[in-house]
Amino acid sequence: MITSLAFYLFASILVLSALMVITARNPVHSVLFLILGFFNAAGLFVLLGAEFIAMILVIVYVGAVAVLFLFVVMMLDISFSDLRKGAMQYVPMGLVIGAVLLLEFFTLFGAWQFAPEAMGQVSAPIAADSELTNTEALGQLVYTKYFLPFQLAGLILLVAMIGAIVLTHRQRSGVYKQRVAEQFARKREDAMEVRKVSSGSGA
Amino acid sequence: MSSLSLAYLMPALPEIFMALSGLGLLVVGVFLGNGGTRTISWSVAVSFAVAALLLLGLDWDRIETFNGMFVLDRFTGFMKLFVLVGLITSVMISVRFLYQVQIARFEYPVLMLFAGLGMMIMISANNMLVLYMGLELQSLALYVLAAFRRDQNRAAEAGIKYFILGALASGMLLFGTSMIYGYTGSIDFDVIGQTLANNPVADTGLIVGLVFVLVSMAFKVSAVPFHMWTPDVYEGAPTSVTAFFAIVPKLAAMAILVRVLYGPFMSISADWQQIIWFMAAASLIVSSFAGLAQKNIKRLMAYSSIGNMGYALIGVAAGTQVGVGAVVLYMIIYMIMTAGVFSVILMMRRNGIGAEDIEDLSGLSTNSPLLAAALAILLFSMAGIPPMAGFFGKLLIFNAAVSAGMFNLAVLGVLASVVAAFYYLRIIKVMYFDEAVDPFDQQIAFSKRAVLLLSVLFITLFILKPDALIATSMSAAAALFTG
Amino acid sequence: MASTEFLSEYLPILIFLIIASGLSVAMIAASFLAGKQNPDKEKLAAYECGFDAFDDARNKFDVRFYLVAILFIIFDLEIAFLFPWAISLGSIGMFGFWSMAFFLGILTIGFIYEWKKGALEWE
Repeated sequence: MITSLAFYLFASILVLSALMVITARNPVHSVLFLILGFFNAAGLFVLLGAEFIAMILVIVYVGAVAVLFLFVVMMLDISFSDLRKGAMQYVPMGLVIGAVLLLEFFTLFGAWQFAPEAMGQVSAPIAADSELTNTEALGQLVYTKYFLPFQLAGLILLVAMIGAIVLTHRQRSGVYKQRVAEQFARKREDAMEVRKVSSGSGA
Repeated sequence: MSSLSLAYLMPALPEIFMALSGLGLLVVGVFLGNGGTRTISWSVAVSFAVAALLLLGLDWDRIETFNGMFVLDRFTGFMKLFVLVGLITSVMISVRFLYQVQIARFEYPVLMLFAGLGMMIMISANNMLVLYMGLELQSLALYVLAAFRRDQNRAAEAGIKYFILGALASGMLLFGTSMIYGYTGSIDFDVIGQTLANNPVADTGLIVGLVFVLVSMAFKVSAVPFHMWTPDVYEGAPTSVTAFFAIVPKLAAMAILVRVLYGPFMSISADWQQIIWFMAAASLIVSSFAGLAQKNIKRLMAYSSIGNMGYALIGVAAGTQVGVGAVVLYMIIYMIMTAGVFSVILMMRRNGIGAEDIEDLSGLSTNSPLLAAALAILLFSMAGIPPMAGFFGKLLIFNAAVSAGMFNLAVLGVLASVVAAFYYLRIIKVMYFDEAVDPFDQQIAFSKRAVLLLSVLFITLFILKPDALIATSMSAAAALFTG
Repeated sequence: MASTEFLSEYLPILIFLIIASGLSVAMIAASFLAGKQNPDKEKLAAYECGFDAFDDARNKFDVRFYLVAILFIIFDLEIAFLFPWAISLGSIGMFGFWSMAFFLGILTIGFIYEWKKGALEWE
């Protein structure tokens, strides 16, 4: 009972906050609603028993991605109200497409079938009575059985890193930096010069 | 199975080598700085060549590894070999260009290497997850390359357009995969294929999933109606990147499209054949008419590549072994022709500034007759005029379509090639009969000359011994039908 | 159907969430209902040390913030991969260990790259 109550609570807040993300006037509010949405989605994942994904959603999406979104929203010098003016003309088209998609989903959902052998083909089912936690079960697969996709994930992260640096990093010229080693290595002779000044001639 | 033995890694040796050399060159590059771009570029080209040699050294009988997620057989081996050839070519023709437009940064070749690695993995994928990872590795590097000239608005626009639409396509691939998994309970190509073969009447949910996967792949091969990004990205990206986009990723994407359709989904071919049929027809019609109106040669090449994908899709739609063989051959000939054309486009520089309009070619025949002749040969081949190689590619495709009973598609293909011939021939007319403008800069890098020469030689001499390549393509295609 | 017994472990969090949201809603509602509200234009205007507001409160950020954030996300994701690995290391053996070692190696190379490139420096 509590489970289904929790489900409807999370699901309704999720839908509402998703709606607010696209309707909020202030883009910063949109991002904050997005964060609320992420939290509720994490709640749904917990209900499904996918605890690891729920925690990742909180750590990575709320902790990092949403912050990045905030930066991007702040970085762009766009008047969002101007942007919105033009967008209104696409609303009818968007509604039509959304309605068609929704209809398709309902028909799909109503007539969904599994292949008869589908349940037997699940590649790594967890036994119902197993004591394995979600995270452990993942750990036993990701690094060995899914070795190739795992390493590819590493390479994708690397390419993302290169890409971010290539596209945004600039060498700034004319910046004075503190070089501690050089400061320490500096001797009196480098900086000072003692001159005899004869009177009346200047340095 | 779960131990790191040599036999486990062996079939993926070229990929592993590429990954390691990419990591190594990244570190070397960052220590050399941007001055080392030339060194890194040539090292990347050498890495591709070594990977190709390693690939040739492997046994190409069907073998699976990484728990059945990665497959090497005649088809994947053959396609990967030509992807590597395309990669080497595109690195070679871009080195000088990078210095000319002042974007010589060592990340450029390294990103090309990782993009190439993504393509190789993608072609060899035997699992929807690996397919997605390979695709993402490739695409992510390509997005960055498209926006590599970041101070130019057009390049940034190209990058962002490509990125947003590409991310949408990736999302669709995942969504479709989830539906396929929902029906079959597996993401493994072999298991999906087996399940579908056992259940001849496929569920609508599965078909919807397949459609989503097809949409995302159609985006990658830029088939109409998912082609909108192509002209803008081709025009906005730096020319060397455009050349790369046109030469290689198409080949890889077409290879994996064929592998997905003729592997797991072969038993429901009647369902996807209609979709491919439509995309082929739409690509042919849109590209041949939109191509007529283009002034910018990079945009023209974008529409030309859309059209060429249309021809290749005719072969895919055929659903037969002959059809696949024709696709393989067509894509290879397309790649070689495109490499030649783009090495000419990269030579189009006047007083150090790149010229991109078709009108800039006016009177090329008087200024540099050899270059004009080479481009004319390439364009004749593109238009499918015998006795050039391009003609044989189209001939095989039409032959496959006719033998599969798709007469209307074959007729449409012929009509489209007549219309498309007009815009190819227009360039030749501009070169030979229009008033000469100022000549192009005469300094042309050796590598570009070499690529152009090899491409022209291949296209003109193909007729002397067409059977060799055709037979190899057919036997590569046969690998998809024995298993 | 999978058992939902494990969910009872999350009951305290659920109760906490309900109390927290109930409390905050109650406080806002109470101040809304009990407080005197008499807004006018000047009261609602942004207060900037007595001056009229100069311009929009939103300033353009430097793109460097973004670079730092995205590099953080990449390493954050890497860390996320470490959790399941750490708790299942006993059962996945040497292969699992080296698998992770290689993964970390790839990202270490990325780290060397960005350090040497100066992307981690603010200047």
